[in-house]
Amino acid sequence: MEEANFVFNMIGENWIAFAIISLLPMIFLLAYALIAILGELKISAFIQERLGPMRTGPWGIIQPVAEVVKLLQKEDITPDSANKPLFNLAPFIMFAASYAGFAVIPFSSYFVPSGINLGLFFLLAVGSLGIIGLLMGGWASNNKYSLLGGLRAVAQIVSYEIPAAMVILTIAVMAGSLDLQEIIRQQSGWFWNWFVFGGSGGWIKIIFLPFSFIMCIIYIIASLAETNRTPFDIPEGESELVAGYHTEYSGMKFAMFFFAEYANMFIVSAIITIIFFGGWNSPFGDFMGGPIWGVFWFVSKAFVFVFLQIWLRWTLPRLRVDQLMYVSWKVLLPFSFVCFLALSLLVMLK
Amino acid sequence: MKDYFKNVWLGVWTALIGMRITIDHLFRKNVTVQYPNVHPKDKAGWMDMPSNARNRLYVDMDECNGCNSCARACPVNCISIETVRSVPGDAPPPLASGGKRNLWVSQFEIDFTKCCFCSLCTEACPTGAIVMTTEFEYSSYNRYDLVYNFVKLQNSMSDEKIAEVKEKWAEHQKEKKKEAVEPK
Repeated sequence: MEEANFVFNMIGENWIAFAIISLLPMIFLLAYALIAILGELKISAFIQERLGPMRTGPWGIIQPVAEVVKLLQKEDITPDSANKPLFNLAPFIMFAASYAGFAVIPFSSYFVPSGINLGLFFLLAVGSLGIIGLLMGGWASNNKYSLLGGLRAVAQIVSYEIPAAMVILTIAVMAGSLDLQEIIRQQSGWFWNWFVFGGSGGWIKIIFLPFSFIMCIIYIIASLAETNRTPFDIPEGESELVAGYHTEYSGMKFAMFFFAEYANMFIVSAIITIIFFGGWNSPFGDFMGGPIWGVFWFVSKAFVFVFLQIWLRWTLPRLRVDQLMYVSWKVLLPFSFVCFLALSLLVMLK
Repeated sequence: MKDYFKNVWLGVWTALIGMRITIDHLFRKNVTVQYPNVHPKDKAGWMDMPSNARNRLYVDMDECNGCNSCARACPVNCISIETVRSVPGDAPPPLASGGKRNLWVSQFEIDFTKCCFCSLCTEACPTGAIVMTTEFEYSSYNRYDLVYNFVKLQNSMSDEKIAEVKEKWAEHQKEKKKEAVEPK
């Protein structure tokens, strides 16, 4: 199937089109970051039966803008003993890595910034690139807390890449493709064609439903760990490590780390949406289908998982380091192996 | 092996229980009072302040028997009470709740610049005369305005009455002394 991209269709394949395509996710990301920050503030407040920010704008909805302006105004301090080139480079690498992930996220059947046919693999590879920024920031800060936070982040993300990779491998087996658009197209139709319900196919898949459910849960847990969200936020556990790898960062550079973290939250939610919940497909067959509604379905599905991450943050306490490794190596990995075998059997039976 | 699966299942199940609790709280009515805009007493469905609220003290002089318990309980010594003993045959009016009273309370001062709102005085009071109110907006430009003399405020004893009972007691003392010096 030819790669459809509405920007190319409208103004042709020239450099303006490429500039627009590379900037569109950024515009979305800025809007998303404001909504996610507000969501984090408000949901945490409502869960604790508070009101949250109420003074900036009606119901405090301009609060994220105030937070961003505050961060930009702050003094940008570089510690004297820090390794300056690495210290200054780290937040940019971290943000560039998470923004690179947006290159292959298909927002609609007519818009994907770069329609490469190795999209799933690219996401996995670029998702791990961010930890270079983490470790760089933690090490270059020349601070014991930063270094410990950076090391913990690397240990955690590398460990959780493996169950996540097993899940992605299963999806590759089920879809027979690494192209994200192709994976989404295979889940078209009603919601029971989503890979979380075993993908399209006969009634035999009902036997395998538990396995695909478990796969989805494994990926959600692993993605929480990869984005350093609670309950896996030990790289930045404030009671032990002040703020982990970004202890020494302030102002603009801290804002970059913060922004990258929120971008990562969206990327993992988008991956869950694409590989398990049918991407831009409408859950109800042709009802509200099409490329424009596709954006709506994709973004709202992804926001459900962003909400899930915020919800889990205010539910679960932080894990210990040994518990973290136990969950990854002794629970998620064996379970993902078993589910991988079972779902491969399903693909053979279909 | 059985323990392992039980452990994994418990991990998932308890996380789900926690999520059910938090989602339940997410849709509950919040408890925040937007104070300067909304007074806690005006918040919808809130007839009164929280039962453990600590605010301005109030002393009902009709209930006070001048026992000094509150002043002794006060950790910051902000309560100062002066009493005059009554002479036989001229007892003060009984308490509003009916108890007997032997002391004229001529002065009951609470210095709210010192008060730490610990509420120990209300626990010490045997007659329930000193209570916490719901009033907390009484800041003042002059610190002497924050010294409340409840005898004056409630006009339970006029200055003339205080002078009268003091004189009576002094006379009673004098008579007693005379009796002690010149026994019959």
